[in-house]
Amino acid sequence: MRPPPEPVHVVKQRREALLRSLVEGVPYIRFLGVQFDRRGDELTAVLPFKDSLIGNPRLPALHGGATAAFLEIAAMIELSWSTLWEGVEADGALPEGPLRLPKTIDFTVDYLRSGLPRDAYARARVNRSGRRYASVHVEAWQDNRSRLFAQATGHFLMPPAAPK
Amino acid sequence: MTDTSATARNFISALPHSHALGMQLEAIGAGQATIAMPYDPALVGDPETGVIHGGAVSALMDTACGAAVMSHPQAGISTATLDLRIDYMRPATPGQTIRTRAECHHVTRSVAFVRAVATDDDESRPVAMATGAFTVERKG
Repeated sequence: MRPPPEPVHVVKQRREALLRSLVEGVPYIRFLGVQFDRRGDELTAVLPFKDSLIGNPRLPALHGGATAAFLEIAAMIELSWSTLWEGVEADGALPEGPLRLPKTIDFTVDYLRSGLPRDAYARARVNRSGRRYASVHVEAWQDNRSRLFAQATGHFLMPPAAPK
Repeated sequence: MTDTSATARNFISALPHSHALGMQLEAIGAGQATIAMPYDPALVGDPETGVIHGGAVSALMDTACGAAVMSHPQAGISTATLDLRIDYMRPATPGQTIRTRAECHHVTRSVAFVRAVATDDDESRPVAMATGAFTVERKG
């Protein structure tokens, strides 16, 4: 006999707790106001517009640095999330001990059009994740999913595996 | 370095996002700019170590590179980032100001090429380096 499926609220609570553990403790994510929408294992980073994100007040346009930071946060959270997901789903519990985040080795941002003074969204894809290194691509859009305003690729140094 | 571009200096102090990050323009002129970002716990990326988030360093790099472009005699009064690559060589020491020196080393009719170095108190070991391409806006 197969064991009964886990109640949906237990599954959701566990996944939300994992996401919170990655995002909530980081002051800079709070400073920018980045939030994450979750659908199953798919994350969408959301950057709600605020005046302090503006670079050029005459256009006005989002600051290139705010865009870069948003993309880097989206990439790094996706990488941590996808690395931890399998273990957390298998164990039914969050990893113990302090959270160890990947470190950025390099990050290259491609600015496709100027960021408008409104909310922005980003999704990242881990193209390669090994024991030591990972390569992550991330795309950002505003009104229209198919009209990206920026994309980026970054390489990351993975934290050492937690002792079992 | 001399103050040759009051326009660029005023423009930077009016950049809301750079202002929010606490950036201070220290020098600008002839295609070069130095901008400092004092340590602020709100900008921390790793709460375990207190190290500033790479994204805040990116914003500092982008601002310094843009300022260097605007101060270049051939590059005009306004610019936008086309591409920016940042290499993170080591974590910035918590508590120390991060300072970026950017240089616009080549300008064509349409594109300005920039490189930048970020350091903390130990200036012999860079924290990060950047290379970028920026737009050149034509006057009139």
